[in-house]
Amino acid sequence: MVEIVNTGERVTAGIQGDIDHHTASGIRAEIDAVLENSTPRILILDFGGVKFMDSSGIGLILGRMRVLQGFGGRLFIKNVTGHVEKIVKLAGLSGLVLK
Amino acid sequence: MAHLCRKDMGKNMKEKLTVKNHFRLVIPARSQNEAFARTAVSAFASQVDPTVEEINDIKAAVSEAVTNCIVHAYSNDDAIGTIEIVSRIMSDNSVYIRIKDKGCGIADIKQAKTPLFTTCAEGERAGLGFAVMESFMDKLTVHSGIGRGTTITMSKRLTER
Repeated sequence: MVEIVNTGERVTAGIQGDIDHHTASGIRAEIDAVLENSTPRILILDFGGVKFMDSSGIGLILGRMRVLQGFGGRLFIKNVTGHVEKIVKLAGLSGLVLK
Repeated sequence: MAHLCRKDMGKNMKEKLTVKNHFRLVIPARSQNEAFARTAVSAFASQVDPTVEEINDIKAAVSEAVTNCIVHAYSNDDAIGTIEIVSRIMSDNSVYIRIKDKGCGIADIKQAKTPLFTTCAEGERAGLGFAVMESFMDKLTVHSGIGRGTTITMSKRLTER
């Protein structure tokens, strides 16, 4: 499940629950539906509500970056702590964390 | 002197590991079972009183291995294959996990283990499955042969508290 806040310029997608290969496709579809309609300048993926994530979460981040590149948007991630932070670090994506 | 050395070696020799508890689980290779598999192994491992970080490490490693079976091993099969998971709690407080499929096998294990390498063009796979297993567990071994399936064994020693 994804909670979307859309100001037109900026979309924040608050992901809830577990991110694995099974759940990723639904999360991806929800976010991409918004990106397609709004083509925002900035997309923020909020991991505050994520209880568990495996490398499917990294696939989700990289895939959305690709979508945003299509119209010159930028991606950031936030509330990346504990276990999620460990996976993000392993993937070398710490630079995307919103400060 | 030599005699003393032998005596010291004897003292430091590792005790033979014994299995304290174990389980075996056979599930169809369906994506719905990814959460079930990692939750089952982590619930079992909880008997050794692991930290939250250790439990999440084990969950992630199991999730990656099981996902590989679902995404890769049986990708060319029409029927749903099975995944066998065996886990043991050892006398030294380590958790052993074996995840086995009877799928297509891995052509080049070294390449498969390379971070960001994936054979999956669709589905947004990051190619980090083995990297997660390797860095979150203490030991990882992969046995595989074309058409003969893949067996992953991994273990992690949990901190005594």
